[in-house]
Amino acid sequence: MSVLLAIGTGKGLFLARSEDDRKSWELSGPHHPMTGVYGVGIDTRRATPRLLAGVTSSHFGPSVAVSDDLGVSWQEPDHAPLAFPEDTEKALVRVWQFAPGAASEPDVVYAGTEPQALFRSTDGGATYEMVRGLWDHPHREHWGAGFGGPAIHTVLPHPTDPQSMVVAMSTGGVYRTSDGGATWAPSNTGIKAYYMPDKYPEYGQCVHKVARDAGNPDRFYAQVHHGVYRSDDGGSTWQSIADGLPSDFGFPIVAHPRRGDVVYNFPLAADSRRHPVDERCRVFRSEDAGKTWQPLSDGLPSGPFYPSVLRDAMSADNADTVGLYFGTRSGEVYASRDEGDSWSLVASHLPDVLSVRAAVV
Amino acid sequence: MPAPRWRWGPGMTTTVLVPGVLRGEVDGASRLTMEASGTLGAVFDELADRWPRLERRIRDEQGQLRRYVNVYVDGEDCRLVGGLTAPVRDGAEITVLPSVAGGQ
Repeated sequence: MSVLLAIGTGKGLFLARSEDDRKSWELSGPHHPMTGVYGVGIDTRRATPRLLAGVTSSHFGPSVAVSDDLGVSWQEPDHAPLAFPEDTEKALVRVWQFAPGAASEPDVVYAGTEPQALFRSTDGGATYEMVRGLWDHPHREHWGAGFGGPAIHTVLPHPTDPQSMVVAMSTGGVYRTSDGGATWAPSNTGIKAYYMPDKYPEYGQCVHKVARDAGNPDRFYAQVHHGVYRSDDGGSTWQSIADGLPSDFGFPIVAHPRRGDVVYNFPLAADSRRHPVDERCRVFRSEDAGKTWQPLSDGLPSGPFYPSVLRDAMSADNADTVGLYFGTRSGEVYASRDEGDSWSLVASHLPDVLSVRAAVV
Repeated sequence: MPAPRWRWGPGMTTTVLVPGVLRGEVDGASRLTMEASGTLGAVFDELADRWPRLERRIRDEQGQLRRYVNVYVDGEDCRLVGGLTAPVRDGAEITVLPSVAGGQ
């Protein structure tokens, strides 16, 4: 089994490849050196998976590059692959997220961007057009910017219904469509915004990441700015699942790709203390949809540990026994080949890790 | 701004000097000869037609100069002489350079 691990960092994309069931890794890179790679995708719907990378040079701006040979070579069109239309009077800052569409639409790929917008590709992610329904939403002018920037950082197409999708942003919250993106409704009922005068507004929540449950497409998990939630009704309402965690603050939340009710989290102490709780490097896993959580630390550093894990820097692969991965702001990447039970170091001394994706290739 | 003391006509050219980091976008060329009319914006418009991969590194999709790209027209910082409306004389040299700011 060959597994590819794509590691987007602040100074380029690194690719790690394992040919021995994720026991050892060979690292290459940086690809696209000196670009921030906030968004990286591995579209496994093709015979040879396509890699998608949102690459942003602080000098020369953003772009999207794709590779059909697992990172040996990369292609970009001559003209900007993803650009804001002239009438928006906005320019792309960066792509934060790539999301392959439903299985029935093998050439559809979505991209979430900064500024907050959703784009759709019908050529497998090479070029994109804006989804106007979200851009024209009357709430948009009221959406704010989290510290990371005003971005659609989460895009979750429904696995079987191309008309249904959920997006999320900091700050603005969760929105969903059931008509292919023509109209969008805020979906934040129950998510607390402690930093606002109205603690439960219709929208405006600082949602850090949302994941869709593998067993029930109407079930979602959300890590927000001080809060961990679950929705069982497609995002209509949310209930806290933070009680079993040592902290309700953090950035990533990852659903197991096949087992329903299984979800992973990397808690940080607080928004004012953004390092792991008790300075211990631990992933937390729930196998009952957030009712209870277990710490996972076998193989992770045992001493004081201060780096944080960003919202897209934790991910799962699609192997029979699922692998989990996370990267830190101090440039370390850890992998588990047994669904989180034990961990080993894949790479260290990289630039700060912004995004991680992995797949059997 | 005073009117330029020159006029544009057939056969007149402008040279764009490409920094090393961007030469991969123009098949390795260090100098590009343009036939554009007399403003920096017009030169970049021609650049967009002929070398779009280079032009989009210099300007965003709204046509604005990227913040950390510096452009000099005959040695003058374009931002001090009108930006994209800066006059470009016949035979001018336009130098594109990454700013010393903007890195990580």
